[in-house]
Amino acid sequence: MNTEKNIKTLIVKKPLKLDCGKTIKDFPIAYETYGSLNSKKDNAILIFHALTGDQFVTGINPATNKEGWWSYAVGPDKAIDTNKYFVICSNVIGGCMGSYGPSHKDPDQKIFGTNFPVITINDMVNAQYNLLDHFGIDKLFSITGGSMGGMQVLQFISNFPDKSKTVIPIATTSSHSAQNIAFNELGRQAITADSNWKDGNYTSKDTNPGKGLAVARMAAHITYLSKKGLQEKFGRKLQEREDLKFGFDADFQIESYLRYQGSVFVDRFDANSYLYITRAMDYFDLAKQFRGNLSEAFINTKAKFFIISFTSDWLYPTQENKDIVIALNSIGADVGFVEIESDKGHDSFLLDVPDFLNALKNFLDKSYEEN
Amino acid sequence: MKNEFQVIADLIEKDKKVLDVGCADGTLMKFLKDNKNINIRGLEISKEKVQECIAKGLTVIEGNAEKDLKQFPDKSFDYVVLSQTLQAFLNPELVLKELLRVGKKAIVTIPNFGYWKVRFHLLFKGTMPITKTLPDEWYNTPNLHMCTIKDFFHFVKSKDIKIFKSLALNNLNTSIINETNLGVKNLFADLGIFLIEK
Repeated sequence: MNTEKNIKTLIVKKPLKLDCGKTIKDFPIAYETYGSLNSKKDNAILIFHALTGDQFVTGINPATNKEGWWSYAVGPDKAIDTNKYFVICSNVIGGCMGSYGPSHKDPDQKIFGTNFPVITINDMVNAQYNLLDHFGIDKLFSITGGSMGGMQVLQFISNFPDKSKTVIPIATTSSHSAQNIAFNELGRQAITADSNWKDGNYTSKDTNPGKGLAVARMAAHITYLSKKGLQEKFGRKLQEREDLKFGFDADFQIESYLRYQGSVFVDRFDANSYLYITRAMDYFDLAKQFRGNLSEAFINTKAKFFIISFTSDWLYPTQENKDIVIALNSIGADVGFVEIESDKGHDSFLLDVPDFLNALKNFLDKSYEEN
Repeated sequence: MKNEFQVIADLIEKDKKVLDVGCADGTLMKFLKDNKNINIRGLEISKEKVQECIAKGLTVIEGNAEKDLKQFPDKSFDYVVLSQTLQAFLNPELVLKELLRVGKKAIVTIPNFGYWKVRFHLLFKGTMPITKTLPDEWYNTPNLHMCTIKDFFHFVKSKDIKIFKSLALNNLNTSIINETNLGVKNLFADLGIFLIEK
């Protein structure tokens, strides 16, 4: 799974106390950078990835040999212009692209599996904060990310209010809804119900719960799209056949598409990591950390916020993004907001949606000019 | 920049915090930001216009004044500006109340339905008036609650709203409106600008 020679790693020596009560130290954070840090060190953008992302934001991902997950938005002359900005992205802890996670070994040289501590969004950003020291960056120019990346953006600026000039949460929420938790639970159940999961010890038993993980991915993938988008792309089109076959093979293109999405996912992702990361998302409730008052999370920051949602995103709908805007306005914070018209669902932030990419570019470039 | 914006800008002191409700493409916001060091936010319903504001480097929130003003705390802005939009709301009275809650002061401009060209158009042509400030046909106008300068003047008085300044605009001419010249200004101005406080 990991092509380890291509993975840059920072070993964090400093102990990190996790929300679950355990403390970790001497743990690896795998990261990648794009562009170069200028002499004033004021052009750095920290990008946080979503559930199944990794540190390989753009260009060819050496582990998958495919385009990075945010290639539409990040690169030379793109919205997040790497000719201008120094982009840093790291794999979250609990992940499976080199950062400390359940596929790593414990001090007794046994693979953690489900003995890895349960981590939270808060733990993820506290771990990633070490990258600022590593690069000698006092203040980031921006932090951004979509979906779970957006949750990390919100948590980061709450924890470190003066560490970024601008803050761009995209298609996200400040609190995981019952529906979000329900879909994640469906994915976890699919994994743990696979007899090859072996209570999380599949690696030592030389198996892999690939079927369960693929079903988890298929179910989740539906939530990233919109009904209209699916209908327009697939409708009732048949898969390489003239008529229905009266069986349970993939008659429809949408079935074949989902099966393919499931199978390629299994090749690049670890089932236990999927359990850990979805759990971190479910536990995310920023308002709860501030006795139910979300505004309190941002009371100490002077950063400039720009929040973006998408019309057809039903997983992290506009209203949940607007709730963050409302919390910021009620304390007089500097916040802009736009809802982008798109029928590509939650995945819109990863795709070629020109209105979104233009807004992102304009906000960043104009804010940087004012620096 | 149009004369109306110049007059609005002249009413606002430097270094203030201002909310432009229905800020459109951000022309006024940009002017205030660049020339008067105003900390300015915009609220705009049109997605295209929001994009134009972002391209100008302005802080704008996509939203609907009738629903979204309530998220701003009391007196959180020194001034709230509403330019030629009051007549387009379903409930202008409520919006006005919200403007005066959110802003320490409000600047409201209204296209004057009492302007002589408007009256002349209806009187002699017998069709709904079309002028420079009222360019749309009856069937596609966004305007729901047209009023005259006189109507607005009486309305704010009846609501115990303080008028600090009321100005009549006719092309490039600006003059002060008061109780005694109200009838004349209502006939010769195509736009009224009011600086008010509750």
